[in-house]
Amino acid sequence: MYQFNSGFELLELTRKYNMPISEVVINYEHEMTGNDREIIINKMKANLDVMRKAIEKGLKDDIKSVGGFIGGDAKRLYDKIINNFTISGETVSKAVASAIAVSEVNASMGKIVAAPTAGSSGVIPGALITIARKFGKSDDELIRSLFTSSGIGIIIAKNSTLSGAEGGCQAEVGSASAMAAAALVELMGGSPDESLNAASFAIMNLLGLVCDPVAGLVEVPCVTRNAIGTANALICADLALSGMKSIIPFDDVISAMDSVGKMMPCALKETAEGGLANTTTGIKFKMNFSED
Amino acid sequence: MNLREYSVFDIMGPIMVGPSSSHTAGAARLGKIARQIAGDDIKDVQFMLYDSFASTYKGHGTDKALVAGILGLDPDDDRLPRSFELAKEQNISVSFMKSDKDAQHPNTVRIIIKNTSGDVTDVLGSSIGGGNVVLKEINGMNVEFTGEYETLITEHIDKPGIIAMVTKVLAEYKINIAFMRVYRQLKGDNAIMVIESDQVIPEDVSISIERINGIEKAIVINSIKNTY
Repeated sequence: MYQFNSGFELLELTRKYNMPISEVVINYEHEMTGNDREIIINKMKANLDVMRKAIEKGLKDDIKSVGGFIGGDAKRLYDKIINNFTISGETVSKAVASAIAVSEVNASMGKIVAAPTAGSSGVIPGALITIARKFGKSDDELIRSLFTSSGIGIIIAKNSTLSGAEGGCQAEVGSASAMAAAALVELMGGSPDESLNAASFAIMNLLGLVCDPVAGLVEVPCVTRNAIGTANALICADLALSGMKSIIPFDDVISAMDSVGKMMPCALKETAEGGLANTTTGIKFKMNFSED
Repeated sequence: MNLREYSVFDIMGPIMVGPSSSHTAGAARLGKIARQIAGDDIKDVQFMLYDSFASTYKGHGTDKALVAGILGLDPDDDRLPRSFELAKEQNISVSFMKSDKDAQHPNTVRIIIKNTSGDVTDVLGSSIGGGNVVLKEINGMNVEFTGEYETLITEHIDKPGIIAMVTKVLAEYKINIAFMRVYRQLKGDNAIMVIESDQVIPEDVSISIERINGIEKAIVINSIKNTY
C-alpha cells in the first residue's frame, strides 16, 4: 500500500520500502489508477516536453501578454546572463529566466503545464530543468523529480489548498516552490527527510503571501513571484542538502499555511480588491479593463 | 483534511493554454460540454458572463476559450487563441454580454446556443478552480454535474417506468452507474436524468435509450478528464 495523507506518512513509506519519494509516488499512482508504470512515466514525460517548449519559447520570442502588462523580460534577463552580467549569478538567473519564460508564455495564451496552477506554472520547470541541465542529470532523473514534486503537491492539496482564491499566493507559488525544492533535493541525491526540510523552508519563507493580481489578470505580480518562488526553491534545497533541519515539521508548516490562508481576507485572495490590485495605479488599470 | 483522491496529474497538470485554469481551461470545458448538449449543428451562440468572468474575461482569454469549447476544442489545443477566426470559418456567430446579476459562483456563464433549425439550448455553468467545472442548468432545469465522469443526460416525461427502462439499457451494455440523479419541474412534466459512469458510454447506448417511449433526447458527454 502506497497511500499517504501527510509528510509523515510519506516518509514512513520511503523507510518501509527503502525507496525515494519519487518511487513511492509512482507506486501510489499505479495503485490508484491501475495504469502501468510505463504509461504513468510517459504521461509525465509529456508534461516535461510542454515545460521545455515553454521555456524555449519564452527565452527566444518577443512575448506580449494578453493584458499587455508583461512580456519579453525572460529574454532580456537571459541576454544579461549570456553577457555575464547578473548579480545573482548564472545558476539562479537562468532558473529565474526560465521560470519567467514559462509565466510569460502562460500570460500570452501559450501552452503550459499547470504545476500546480497556471499562475505558478513557471517555478517547477524553471528550477528543475535548469538544475538538471547544470548537473548533467538524465531525463529519467528529471521525470522522477517531477513525481517527487507531485507527491508534495498531493499532501498540500489534501491538507490545505493549492488555489490562490482559497489560500492566497502562498498556496500557489509557495506550494510550487516547496514542490520544486523537495524535488531538487532528490535530484541532487538528498534523502527524503532532506526533501521535506527543503519543502518546509520554502513554504515558511513565503508564508502569508497574498494573491492580489492587478486588474485580476495572471500577470502582475504573478511573474515576479514565479521568479522568487524559483530562487527560493534553489536556496531552500541548498540549505536542506547542507544539513539544515526545519524545527517545525512539514505537516505543521502546511497546517500553518492553511490557517494563515483561512485568516486572510477575501480581498487578498484573487479577487483583485486588495494589495497591489487596489493601489491608485492598480485601480486605474482595473478601470481600463472593464471599459470595453 | 479532504477525502478526495488525487492523481499525480491532478497536481502536475493539466497541460493547457494559459493564462488561468479557472478563467481559460475551465471556460473551454464549459463550452465543450455545452456543445455536446446542443449537438454539432451550431449556428449562433450567446454568452452571458457573470461576476469575475464578466469583469476579467478579455485579459484571461475567457471569451476565446468559451468559443474554442463550442467548436469542440480541448483546453490544451493550440488553436484555442484563434477560436474566433475558426468560428467565423464555420459560420458560427458568437456574442458576449455581461450580466450585473448575482451568480452563486464568481466564474459563471450562461451559454445560449441556436442550431440551424432554430432549436435553442440554454446551459448555465461555473468554473470552480483548477479547470474543474460544474453544470448547473440545462434549458431552465436545475441540474448538477461536473463532466469528470462519462455522463449520460436524458430529457424525458416524468412518468413511471422510464428510469427502469434506461437502467435496463445500461445494464445490457454492462455500464456501471457511479451516480444518478433525476430533476423535474412539475410532476408529470419534463424531467432530466443525469447518469455518471466511470466507463465510456458508446453512442449505441444513447441511440437505444432514445428509442424508449417517453424519452425525448439522450446525450452522452465524454469525460473532460481524459487523464490517460
